[in-house]
Amino acid sequence: MNFTEDQIIRYSRHILLQDVGVDGQEKISKGKVLIVGAGGLGAPVAFYLAAAGVGTIGIIDGDVVDLSNLQRQIIHFTQDVDKPKVLSAKEKISQLNPDVNVITYQTLLSSENAPEIINDYDFVVDGTDNFPVKFLINDACVIAGKPFSHGGILRFDGQTLTHVPGTACYRCLFHAPPPPNAVPTCSQAGVLGAIAGMLGTIQAAEVLKYLTGVGELLTNKLLSFNAKTMEFRTIKTKRSEKCPVCGSNPTITQLVDYAQAACEIKTKR
Amino acid sequence: MTYNLDVTKEHCPMTFVKTKIELNKLRKGDILNVKVIAGEPLENVPRSATEQGFNVLSVTETATPGIYNIEIEK
Repeated sequence: MNFTEDQIIRYSRHILLQDVGVDGQEKISKGKVLIVGAGGLGAPVAFYLAAAGVGTIGIIDGDVVDLSNLQRQIIHFTQDVDKPKVLSAKEKISQLNPDVNVITYQTLLSSENAPEIINDYDFVVDGTDNFPVKFLINDACVIAGKPFSHGGILRFDGQTLTHVPGTACYRCLFHAPPPPNAVPTCSQAGVLGAIAGMLGTIQAAEVLKYLTGVGELLTNKLLSFNAKTMEFRTIKTKRSEKCPVCGSNPTITQLVDYAQAACEIKTKR
Repeated sequence: MTYNLDVTKEHCPMTFVKTKIELNKLRKGDILNVKVIAGEPLENVPRSATEQGFNVLSVTETATPGIYNIEIEK
């Protein structure tokens, strides 16, 4: 892969890094990453991966931009209200870095479409705001042997883990989704906008580390933070032999669509 | 093998970026002679090369005053 003069300048701060260099930037440029959800987490992930020159970025989201999204979903602008989020995101990515091939899926990730969509990518980023799809991403990635980054935010809190085959998955820690409406979502409970950026950029860094092979991933660990105290904690985890999807005798071998909380199906405002 | 690179028209940090890209193409043991101007590039290129594990063999002023040659071994 030969970088153009403009690409050498654009990616110079990566090329300068001893651990990344030309080879690392080539790996980034060949990388294919799927971002599930073009919202609070997906926005910073998409921006930083696009800026880094990730070769192919897939974005899946069935929603349109709502005025209430703009407090944290920084890839969408006021003029984008009512526009499909995937189109709004694609426009910004192309403006930021025309090198990036953006593939959009204006739909929800489901048990039906997940295997086929995920199959085209090297890494999957969970930028969703609900448990059914978080578990779906986990199961689909574990079954397909794909690495992914889980991310979740609520109020002032964030948590993330990275899974690569053989390490603890989301279900090793959290066996099943909570019952619908048992746990509030961001749209019900609120969220400090900036923590979407805090967590999303951690996820973006994990993707870049995975693609370049630099450093140690957040595997077999759960990172959580609270923005009120600005305390970060990393809890060690391990793969559970009894995990229903990645354990020794998995009971989940097919994908399931868990019921969404009623309020999540309606338009959020 | 010995190779040459002229970064006298570049500014920091592109002087070292270009040097690093050129070094990346070479084989271990190859030599790259990098032409730089005095000042920042003359300080930064050898320092960065050393920091990133390359062997700076010599820094000498060329026949043109103010232009230096940095001999780097991969």
